[in-house]
Amino acid sequence: MSPFFVITGIVTLLGAVFAMSLRNLVHCALAMAVAFSGIAALYLQLDAQFVGFAEILVYVGAIAILIVFAILLTRSGEAPEKSVLTSGAWTSLILIPLLFGILAWAILHSSAVPRDLPPAPVATVKNVGDALMTKFVLPLEIIGLVLTAAMIGAVIIALKEENKNENPGRKS
Amino acid sequence: MTALQGCLLISALLFAIGFAGAVTRRHAILVLIGIELMLNAANLNLIAFWRFGPHPEALTGFIFVLFSMAMAGAEAAVGLALIIAIYRHKKTSNLDEVKELKG
Repeated sequence: MSPFFVITGIVTLLGAVFAMSLRNLVHCALAMAVAFSGIAALYLQLDAQFVGFAEILVYVGAIAILIVFAILLTRSGEAPEKSVLTSGAWTSLILIPLLFGILAWAILHSSAVPRDLPPAPVATVKNVGDALMTKFVLPLEIIGLVLTAAMIGAVIIALKEENKNENPGRKS
Repeated sequence: MTALQGCLLISALLFAIGFAGAVTRRHAILVLIGIELMLNAANLNLIAFWRFGPHPEALTGFIFVLFSMAMAGAEAAVGLALIIAIYRHKKTSNLDEVKELKG
Protein backbone atom coordinates (compact mmCIF):
# COMPACT_ATOMS: atom_id res chain seq x y z
CA MET A 1 0.00 0.00 0.00
CA SER A 2 1.37 3.38 -0.97
CA PRO A 3 1.63 6.13 1.67
CA PHE A 4 -0.69 8.31 -0.40
CA PHE A 5 -3.37 5.64 -0.13
CA VAL A 6 -2.96 5.53 3.66
CA ILE A 7 -3.17 9.32 3.93
CA THR A 8 -6.33 9.41 1.79
CA GLY A 9 -7.87 6.71 3.94
CA ILE A 10 -7.05 8.61 7.14
CA VAL A 11 -8.56 11.84 5.73
CA THR A 12 -11.70 9.93 4.72
CA LEU A 13 -12.07 8.35 8.14
CA LEU A 14 -11.44 11.65 9.95
CA GLY A 15 -14.10 13.29 7.80
CA ALA A 16 -16.52 10.51 8.66
CA VAL A 17 -15.75 10.76 12.39
CA PHE A 18 -16.30 14.52 12.38
CA ALA A 19 -19.47 14.15 10.28
CA MET A 20 -20.88 11.86 12.95
CA SER A 21 -19.64 13.64 16.07
CA LEU A 22 -19.85 17.43 15.58
CA ARG A 23 -22.75 19.26 17.22
CA ASN A 24 -23.51 21.81 14.51
CA LEU A 25 -25.32 20.17 11.59
CA VAL A 26 -23.83 22.43 8.91
CA HIS A 27 -20.35 21.45 10.08
CA CYS A 28 -21.45 17.80 9.91
CA ALA A 29 -22.53 18.26 6.29
CA LEU A 30 -19.17 19.86 5.42
CA ALA A 31 -17.25 17.02 7.09
CA MET A 32 -19.42 14.58 5.15
CA ALA A 33 -18.38 16.29 1.91
CA VAL A 34 -14.72 15.86 2.96
CA ALA A 35 -15.31 12.16 3.62
CA PHE A 36 -16.96 11.67 0.22
CA SER A 37 -14.09 13.50 -1.52
CA GLY A 38 -11.68 11.15 0.22
CA ILE A 39 -13.66 8.15 -0.99
CA ALA A 40 -13.53 9.57 -4.53
CA ALA A 41 -9.73 9.84 -4.21
CA LEU A 42 -9.61 6.22 -3.06
CA TYR A 43 -11.61 5.20 -6.14
CA LEU A 44 -9.16 7.07 -8.36
CA GLN A 45 -6.26 5.18 -6.80
CA LEU A 46 -8.09 1.90 -7.36
CA ASP A 47 -8.17 2.58 -11.14
CA ALA A 48 -11.88 3.34 -11.13
CA GLN A 49 -11.75 6.82 -12.61
CA PHE A 50 -15.33 6.93 -13.83
CA VAL A 51 -16.74 5.90 -10.46
CA GLY A 52 -14.47 8.42 -8.73
CA PHE A 53 -15.75 11.33 -10.77
CA ALA A 54 -19.33 10.08 -10.51
CA GLU A 55 -18.85 10.00 -6.73
CA ILE A 56 -17.76 13.65 -6.75
CA LEU A 57 -20.70 14.60 -8.98
CA VAL A 58 -23.35 12.65 -7.09
CA TYR A 59 -22.23 12.86 -3.47
CA VAL A 60 -20.12 16.00 -3.11
CA GLY A 61 -22.24 17.81 -5.66
CA ALA A 62 -25.83 16.71 -5.32
CA ILE A 63 -26.35 14.92 -2.02
CA ALA A 64 -24.31 17.38 0.07
CA ILE A 65 -26.31 20.29 -1.37
CA LEU A 66 -29.55 18.38 -0.78
CA ILE A 67 -28.61 17.76 2.85
CA VAL A 68 -27.64 21.40 3.42
CA PHE A 69 -31.00 22.42 1.95
CA ALA A 70 -32.80 20.00 4.27
CA ILE A 71 -30.85 21.39 7.26
CA LEU A 72 -31.89 24.94 6.36
CA LEU A 73 -35.51 23.99 5.61
CA THR A 74 -35.88 22.26 8.98
CA ARG A 75 -34.21 25.22 10.73
CA SER A 76 -31.69 23.03 12.53
CA GLY A 77 -28.58 24.95 11.53
CA GLU A 78 -27.61 26.01 15.05
CA ALA A 79 -26.23 23.57 17.60
CA PRO A 80 -28.80 22.26 20.10
CA GLU A 81 -28.45 22.95 23.81
CA LYS A 82 -29.61 19.49 24.82
CA SER A 83 -27.72 16.25 24.28
CA VAL A 84 -27.33 15.26 20.65
CA LEU A 85 -27.34 11.54 21.43
CA THR A 86 -30.31 9.25 21.82
CA SER A 87 -31.22 7.86 25.21
CA GLY A 88 -29.75 4.39 24.66
CA ALA A 89 -26.54 5.55 23.01
CA TRP A 90 -24.20 3.98 25.58
CA THR A 91 -24.89 0.48 24.25
CA SER A 92 -23.15 1.44 21.01
CA LEU A 93 -19.92 1.87 23.00
CA ILE A 94 -19.89 -1.93 23.27
CA LEU A 95 -21.58 -2.87 20.00
CA ILE A 96 -19.63 -0.71 17.53
CA PRO A 97 -16.11 -1.82 18.60
CA LEU A 98 -17.42 -5.37 18.64
CA LEU A 99 -18.74 -4.97 15.09
CA PHE A 100 -15.48 -3.50 13.83
CA GLY A 101 -13.46 -6.10 15.71
CA ILE A 102 -15.33 -8.98 14.12
CA LEU A 103 -15.04 -7.42 10.64
CA ALA A 104 -11.31 -6.71 11.05
CA TRP A 105 -10.62 -10.20 12.39
CA ALA A 106 -12.47 -11.73 9.44
CA ILE A 107 -10.61 -9.55 6.93
CA LEU A 108 -7.15 -10.22 8.39
CA HIS A 109 -7.66 -13.96 8.81
CA SER A 110 -9.55 -14.71 5.60
CA SER A 111 -8.01 -17.19 3.21
CA ALA A 112 -10.09 -15.86 0.30
CA VAL A 113 -7.95 -12.71 -0.03
CA PRO A 114 -5.65 -13.09 -3.06
CA ARG A 115 -1.98 -12.53 -2.28
CA ASP A 116 -0.72 -11.34 -5.65
CA LEU A 117 -1.58 -7.96 -7.12
CA PRO A 118 -3.28 -8.34 -10.52
CA PRO A 119 -2.45 -5.83 -13.29
CA ALA A 120 -4.53 -2.70 -13.46
CA PRO A 121 -7.78 -3.31 -15.34
CA VAL A 122 -8.89 -0.97 -18.10
CA ALA A 123 -12.19 0.72 -17.30
CA THR A 124 -12.29 3.57 -19.77
CA VAL A 125 -15.49 5.49 -20.34
CA LYS A 126 -15.83 3.68 -23.68
CA ASN A 127 -15.70 0.26 -22.01
CA VAL A 128 -18.18 1.32 -19.35
CA GLY A 129 -20.54 2.74 -21.94
CA ASP A 130 -20.28 -0.43 -24.03
CA ALA A 131 -21.09 -2.59 -21.01
CA LEU A 132 -23.98 -0.35 -19.96
CA MET A 133 -25.52 -0.37 -23.42
CA THR A 134 -25.14 -4.08 -24.18
CA LYS A 135 -24.85 -6.39 -21.17
CA PHE A 136 -26.45 -4.19 -18.50
CA VAL A 137 -29.06 -2.38 -20.58
CA LEU A 138 -32.05 -3.80 -18.69
CA PRO A 139 -30.71 -2.79 -15.25
CA LEU A 140 -29.96 0.64 -16.70
CA GLU A 141 -33.56 1.06 -17.83
CA ILE A 142 -34.85 -0.15 -14.46
CA ILE A 143 -32.61 2.26 -12.58
CA GLY A 144 -33.95 5.08 -14.74
CA LEU A 145 -37.49 4.06 -13.83
CA VAL A 146 -36.58 3.85 -10.13
CA LEU A 147 -35.00 7.31 -10.19
CA THR A 148 -38.05 8.81 -11.90
CA ALA A 149 -40.39 7.17 -9.39
CA ALA A 150 -38.22 8.33 -6.47
CA MET A 151 -38.15 11.88 -7.75
CA ILE A 152 -41.92 12.04 -8.22
CA GLY A 153 -42.40 10.41 -4.82
CA ALA A 154 -40.05 12.88 -3.13
CA VAL A 155 -41.90 15.83 -4.64
CA ILE A 156 -45.28 14.42 -3.59
CA ILE A 157 -44.10 13.69 -0.05
CA ALA A 158 -42.56 17.13 0.40
CA LEU A 159 -45.55 18.97 -1.12
CA LYS A 160 -47.24 21.42 1.22
CA GLU A 161 -50.21 19.61 2.70
CA GLU A 162 -53.55 21.37 2.58
CA ASN A 163 -55.57 22.18 5.65
CA LYS A 164 -58.20 19.47 5.95
CA ASN A 165 -61.45 20.23 7.72
CA GLU A 166 -61.66 16.85 9.42
CA ASN A 167 -58.64 17.46 11.65
CA PRO A 168 -58.68 21.15 12.49
CA GLY A 169 -55.91 20.96 15.08
CA ARG A 170 -53.24 20.44 12.46
CA LYS A 171 -51.43 23.46 11.11
CA SER A 172 -49.53 23.29 7.88
CA MET B 1 -1.14 -6.61 4.75
CA THR B 2 -2.13 -6.55 1.10
CA ALA B 3 -3.76 -3.61 -0.65
CA LEU B 4 -7.10 -5.41 -0.75
CA GLN B 5 -7.03 -5.89 3.01
CA GLY B 6 -6.20 -2.21 3.46
CA CYS B 7 -9.24 -1.23 1.40
CA LEU B 8 -11.45 -3.64 3.29
CA LEU B 9 -10.22 -2.35 6.66
CA ILE B 10 -10.88 1.28 5.66
CA SER B 11 -14.34 0.33 4.48
CA ALA B 12 -15.08 -1.69 7.65
CA LEU B 13 -14.05 1.28 9.79
CA LEU B 14 -16.18 3.60 7.64
CA PHE B 15 -19.14 1.26 8.05
CA ALA B 16 -18.65 1.15 11.84
CA ILE B 17 -18.47 4.95 12.06
CA GLY B 18 -21.56 5.38 9.91
CA PHE B 19 -23.42 2.76 11.91
CA ALA B 20 -22.44 4.39 15.20
CA GLY B 21 -23.70 7.75 13.96
CA ALA B 22 -26.94 6.36 12.55
CA VAL B 23 -27.71 4.52 15.79
CA THR B 24 -26.67 7.11 18.36
CA ARG B 25 -27.43 10.54 16.91
CA ARG B 26 -30.77 12.13 17.66
CA HIS B 27 -31.24 14.29 14.56
CA ALA B 28 -32.94 12.69 11.55
CA ILE B 29 -30.61 14.25 8.96
CA LEU B 30 -27.55 12.87 10.75
CA VAL B 31 -29.07 9.41 10.68
CA LEU B 32 -29.40 9.83 6.91
CA ILE B 33 -25.74 10.94 6.67
CA GLY B 34 -24.76 7.82 8.61
CA ILE B 35 -26.70 5.64 6.19
CA GLU B 36 -24.94 7.33 3.26
CA LEU B 37 -21.56 6.62 4.88
CA MET B 38 -22.48 2.95 5.30
CA LEU B 39 -23.55 2.76 1.65
CA ASN B 40 -20.25 4.29 0.59
CA ALA B 41 -18.38 1.72 2.65
CA ALA B 42 -20.19 -1.02 0.75
CA ASN B 43 -19.35 0.68 -2.56
CA LEU B 44 -15.68 0.86 -1.58
CA ASN B 45 -15.78 -2.87 -0.88
CA LEU B 46 -17.27 -3.55 -4.31
CA ILE B 47 -14.64 -1.45 -6.07
CA ALA B 48 -11.82 -3.08 -4.10
CA PHE B 49 -13.01 -6.58 -4.98
CA TRP B 50 -13.45 -5.54 -8.61
CA ARG B 51 -9.90 -4.14 -8.71
CA PHE B 52 -8.19 -7.07 -6.99
CA GLY B 53 -10.53 -9.85 -8.05
CA PRO B 54 -9.86 -12.44 -10.77
CA HIS B 55 -11.90 -10.97 -13.67
CA PRO B 56 -11.83 -7.16 -13.61
CA GLU B 57 -12.42 -6.92 -17.36
CA ALA B 58 -16.04 -8.08 -16.88
CA LEU B 59 -16.73 -4.73 -15.10
CA THR B 60 -19.40 -6.27 -12.86
CA GLY B 61 -18.37 -4.65 -9.58
CA PHE B 62 -17.81 -1.36 -11.37
CA ILE B 63 -21.29 -1.25 -12.92
CA PHE B 64 -22.82 -2.42 -9.65
CA VAL B 65 -21.30 0.57 -7.87
CA LEU B 66 -22.78 2.91 -10.50
CA PHE B 67 -26.25 1.43 -9.95
CA SER B 68 -25.81 1.51 -6.19
CA MET B 69 -24.93 5.21 -6.41
CA ALA B 70 -28.12 5.85 -8.36
CA MET B 71 -30.09 4.01 -5.68
CA ALA B 72 -28.34 6.10 -3.00
CA GLY B 73 -29.39 9.25 -4.83
CA ALA B 74 -33.02 8.10 -4.94
CA GLU B 75 -32.86 7.09 -1.27
CA ALA B 76 -31.41 10.45 -0.20
CA ALA B 77 -34.09 12.36 -2.13
CA VAL B 78 -36.96 10.37 -0.61
CA GLY B 79 -35.40 10.39 2.87
CA LEU B 80 -34.91 14.16 2.93
CA ALA B 81 -38.43 14.69 1.58
CA LEU B 82 -39.73 12.53 4.46
CA ILE B 83 -37.69 14.53 6.99
CA ILE B 84 -39.07 17.80 5.62
CA ALA B 85 -42.63 16.44 5.70
CA ILE B 86 -42.21 15.26 9.31
CA TYR B 87 -40.73 18.63 10.26
CA ARG B 88 -43.66 20.45 8.70
CA HIS B 89 -46.12 18.16 10.43
CA LYS B 90 -44.61 18.03 13.93
CA LYS B 91 -42.19 21.01 13.99
CA THR B 92 -39.33 18.77 15.07
CA SER B 93 -36.62 16.67 13.50
CA ASN B 94 -35.63 15.03 16.78
CA LEU B 95 -36.13 11.30 16.40
CA ASP B 96 -36.87 10.80 20.11
CA GLU B 97 -40.01 12.92 19.71
CA VAL B 98 -41.32 11.08 16.64
CA LYS B 99 -42.59 7.86 18.20
CA GLU B 100 -46.28 7.47 17.38
CA LEU B 101 -45.63 4.14 15.71
CA LYS B 102 -43.70 2.79 18.70
CA GLY B 103 -45.45 -0.28 20.10
